[in-house]
Amino acid sequence: MIVLWITLGIVGILIIWFIAVFNGIVTLKNRTKEAWSDIDVQLKRRHDLIPNLIETVKGYATHEKEVFQKVTEARSQAMQAKGAEETGKAENILTDTLKSLFAVSENYPQLRATENFQKLQDELTDTENKIEASRRFYNGNVRDFNTMIQVFPNSMVAGMTGSKEFELFGMDEAEKETPQVKF
Amino acid sequence: MYKNIDSNKRRTVLLIFVFLIFVIGLGYLLSWYFDNQFILVLAVLIATIQALVSYYYSDSITLAISGAKEVPHQEPFLNLHRAVENLALTAGLPKPKIFLIQDSAPNAFATGRDPQHASLAVTTGLLEKLNKTELEGVVAHEMSHIGNYDIRLMTLIVVLVGVVALLSDFFLRWTWFGSRRRSDGESGQIQLILFIVAIVLAILAPLVATVIQLAISRKREFLADASGALLTRYPEGLASALEKIAQDREPLEVANKATAHLYIESPFKKSTAQGKGWLVGLFTTHPPVEERIRRLKAMIK
Repeated sequence: MIVLWITLGIVGILIIWFIAVFNGIVTLKNRTKEAWSDIDVQLKRRHDLIPNLIETVKGYATHEKEVFQKVTEARSQAMQAKGAEETGKAENILTDTLKSLFAVSENYPQLRATENFQKLQDELTDTENKIEASRRFYNGNVRDFNTMIQVFPNSMVAGMTGSKEFELFGMDEAEKETPQVKF
Repeated sequence: MYKNIDSNKRRTVLLIFVFLIFVIGLGYLLSWYFDNQFILVLAVLIATIQALVSYYYSDSITLAISGAKEVPHQEPFLNLHRAVENLALTAGLPKPKIFLIQDSAPNAFATGRDPQHASLAVTTGLLEKLNKTELEGVVAHEMSHIGNYDIRLMTLIVVLVGVVALLSDFFLRWTWFGSRRRSDGESGQIQLILFIVAIVLAILAPLVATVIQLAISRKREFLADASGALLTRYPEGLASALEKIAQDREPLEVANKATAHLYIESPFKKSTAQGKGWLVGLFTTHPPVEERIRRLKAMIK
């Protein structure tokens, strides 16, 4: 009889523990998803600004078709990208092409003097700062979540309920790759 | 972080509870003395209404007594808006409303009942005297107060404890002056009850002050400094902002005893605070600024 009660007690505690861990995982998962939507809003804003920017630059810098094409391509790549890691890579490429676009526009003082161009440049910078800000919040959440489902014994609950790790967003390649030593 | 939020929520409930007991207890005492049930009913009503109003409107009240006006989303305030937006994103909080106080003394505070109903107030002096990284440091400090639910507790204290402090002040003065002027028999009884109330309040006032000290412990400011520095990843910004605020000798005119603890750094400057007597002394809620700067600088590695 006593053995039965002890067994029941242990099973009860296990069930309560399982529920607690499971709810913790769900809460953190939703918080991370919410954090991703913050990034998404800013990425959309960035993508929306780019056609305007190209149109404005086109009016002054007519001979720079190649740059425009590269930016447009990078933009559509970034818009199609799925998942945090892929999006991060595509956005990095977009950032590089935008840099070359702004470098080109340096050669056109009249363009740089226009209010429209200045405003677009300002808004893009603001958007990039906001992407950076929301990236930090997202990555912080991802790290918390991944740690939570990786540590034992939480990993068992995560495995049983099929919780997957989130991907970090927008790490620079330099940050990620292990440095190669060449002789 | 989440432990802090829970403890703040618990303390808020405790504060409201203590306040209700206090006012209703006072009402009971008076109704017992005057043998009038109506006073007790009135006290219960007043206490309940006041607690409710405090919970929902103490942020508006606080902003109103500080003379703060909402900042429009346009130049020359775009930089302020952007700093707040970016730090709100980093902290994962909704953007608080931004208010401006017309005062050349640099200072700032945050108020509201939760992050969804939060407001951030800065003085014109703060915008004029601080550079971008310093301003970000200050905003980050306030964002941590918002995220920690410090604001709910601190703002409730403004209204609830403010009332108690005011009452005790009032009763003390009344009996003090009254007892010296009149000593005839008829008002003697009322004098006596008021005197008892005054004594009770005089005993309670330091207790109340202790509650405030507990609630707004030094730890809270240090914690907000630390998590603010974590948000900007740049402790130097806040450290040099605190230095500038501390060095500024101008007292903040709109701050008073009830709102002083809200600000990022005590709005009473040392020279003026000493003259104001025991009440201000009890309300010294901020840890010494030198210590805060030292700790921030220790984070720079």
